Amino acid sequence: MPELLQFLLSGITVGAVYALVALGFTIIYNASDVVNFAQGEFVMLGGMITVFSHAAGLPLPLAALIAIAATAAVGVALNKLAIEPARGAPVVSLIIITIGASIFIRGATQLVFDKQIHRFPAFSGDRPIAVGGATILPQSLWVIAGALAVFFGLWLFFTRTLTGRAVLATANNRIAAQLVGINTNYVMTLSFAMSAAIGALAGVLVTPITMTSYDVGLALALKGFAAAMLGGMGNPKGALAGGLLLGLLEAMTAGYVSSQYKDAAAFVVILAVLFAMPQGLFGRKSTDRV
Amino acid sequence: MKLFTTTALALVLGLAAPALADIKVGATVSETGPASFLGDPEAKTLKLLVEEINAAGGVNGEKIELVLYDDGGDPNKARTFATRLVEDDEVIAVIGGTTTGTSMAIIPVLEDAEIPFISLAGAIEIIDPVRPHTFKTPHTDRMACAKIFEDMKANGYTKIGLISGSDGFGASMRKQCLEIVADYGIEVLADETYGPTDADMTPQLTNIKGKDGIQAVLNPGFGQGPAIVTRNYAQLAVGLPLYQSHGVASDGFIELAGAEAAEGVRLPGTALLVAGLLPESDPQRAVVTAYKDAYEKATGKPVSTFGGYAHDALRILVDAISRAGSAEPSAIRDAIEATSGLVGTTGTVTMSAEDHLGLDLSAFRMLEIENGGWKIVE
Repeated sequence: MPELLQFLLSGITVGAVYALVALGFTIIYNASDVVNFAQGEFVMLGGMITVFSHAAGLPLPLAALIAIAATAAVGVALNKLAIEPARGAPVVSLIIITIGASIFIRGATQLVFDKQIHRFPAFSGDRPIAVGGATILPQSLWVIAGALAVFFGLWLFFTRTLTGRAVLATANNRIAAQLVGINTNYVMTLSFAMSAAIGALAGVLVTPITMTSYDVGLALALKGFAAAMLGGMGNPKGALAGGLLLGLLEAMTAGYVSSQYKDAAAFVVILAVLFAMPQGLFGRKSTDRV
Repeated sequence: MKLFTTTALALVLGLAAPALADIKVGATVSETGPASFLGDPEAKTLKLLVEEINAAGGVNGEKIELVLYDDGGDPNKARTFATRLVEDDEVIAVIGGTTTGTSMAIIPVLEDAEIPFISLAGAIEIIDPVRPHTFKTPHTDRMACAKIFEDMKANGYTKIGLISGSDGFGASMRKQCLEIVADYGIEVLADETYGPTDADMTPQLTNIKGKDGIQAVLNPGFGQGPAIVTRNYAQLAVGLPLYQSHGVASDGFIELAGAEAAEGVRLPGTALLVAGLLPESDPQRAVVTAYKDAYEKATGKPVSTFGGYAHDALRILVDAISRAGSAEPSAIRDAIEATSGLVGTTGTVTMSAEDHLGLDLSAFRMLEIENGGWKIVE
């Protein structure tokens, strides 16, 4: 029985990492229908900037704040310099722009920082916490708490605040949103800043577990994207559930079947779900009125 | 037609080379791209050493001119640069091929042109079967396996668990290790893998821990994977000896895994890593200390095993040119093959017609991590 518990704890740890990355996709997607493939780069920047500010002598919380603020600024710059000038372009073109931006950010990070793998100390030490014969690291609890906090924050934002509803309205129909007085440019800038900040927060929380280097963004974004698709793109609930489910699937396959088929098994389940429910588990049905 | 042109050019080159004032040495390494943490120190080392050699008067009274290209880890680019080095730059030898992929792409070009090539990549396929003009400096994964299994045997461990990365390095080393493990009377009871970017390996390690009879665990892998394995290993309190591979033999590994989790981990490493710990009598001591000091002074970064591969390649080449007394590719090739007792950072190199690597197991030191530092355990 301790084995099952250990697999569960491992799945939740990894799943919370995926969920945090997946949550970052939701805001930009909700504001513009664009899947931002530079999201993984935001996670990487959060980790890398924290590593280097911490190494420069700043205390960890301050370094983390700087990283989140700096990454949000990068998000705003991405919107102002690359997405806004291409406004009116089809969504596919915008997605391709984000892929280009991710390559650019990766290259720039490699030049500004370095090519090595880094990590900074876990927030509450490395002493494992025993749970009925299995163990979990304190940092995993931070990641889980972070994923839950971001989830509740987003849920409140989209359902309880006017700005959140303005974001949804912009995605739904930009012209109509403008007609009712929503500043859509501001909404887009805000959504990039928030997505980047959430990505950076994810980077800060997961780096003590996953480590970071200039090129970790792509792998994280792919897993986060898969989790978001599984749960339903654009829905914070879906991102959380999709991430945890993906993590648990991987851990159970690695534990009970074979670690060789871990990734394959997870993706087979995702494909099966998407065949049956193309919108994902919690995705909204898209209906077009003709 | 291309083959003909290349061969013809090589012939012309062979005749023309002695007339050139400078000795042109070509190199194509992965200074950028995914293998840049290997290629970057290699490029820096080559530039540094060429400067050093020229400042000391060059080889046979002639200066060395280094023609260095960055292939970004792309085998296609590596092949193009190899062709350019042969046809346009008319070099007398090529160092490079940071990765096995780029090296394998370069080999046919240089074998056709009959120009000596010293590879900096790990795979045994580069020199086995032996090709007349291809040499290499890094020890093979198989030698690392052999070194680890020797140590296990000496400690009486006969039943082991294996957890390997599924990246190129991990998969290749796992295969090499499984091929020779039976020769040491060791049995592999568990054979787990993990993805190169995985964040948690506790399920695999839980299964290894749960298998009866396992006495030690080996983790062939590269990058952050082995550091995470080591941390998870401590988290689960597996309590068996853990062996890592030469792929993570660097101070960075101890930092990533954390000194506490890494305590007692054993791995085969090169003399370069433990330069300060070598006894005065060690033949490699002077060479590795000199290189380490020069590199760290020039770049401000800690020396790495990979830069050492480039160091050895250039030393072997320069030694061959000075013994050959000429800068003609065929004479250099023969001289490289006759390299004997050359002390490099990776080991003492003695080549032959059947062995274009020239290292034996003594090139590896079995190291153990103790209090966040290294200890030589043999």
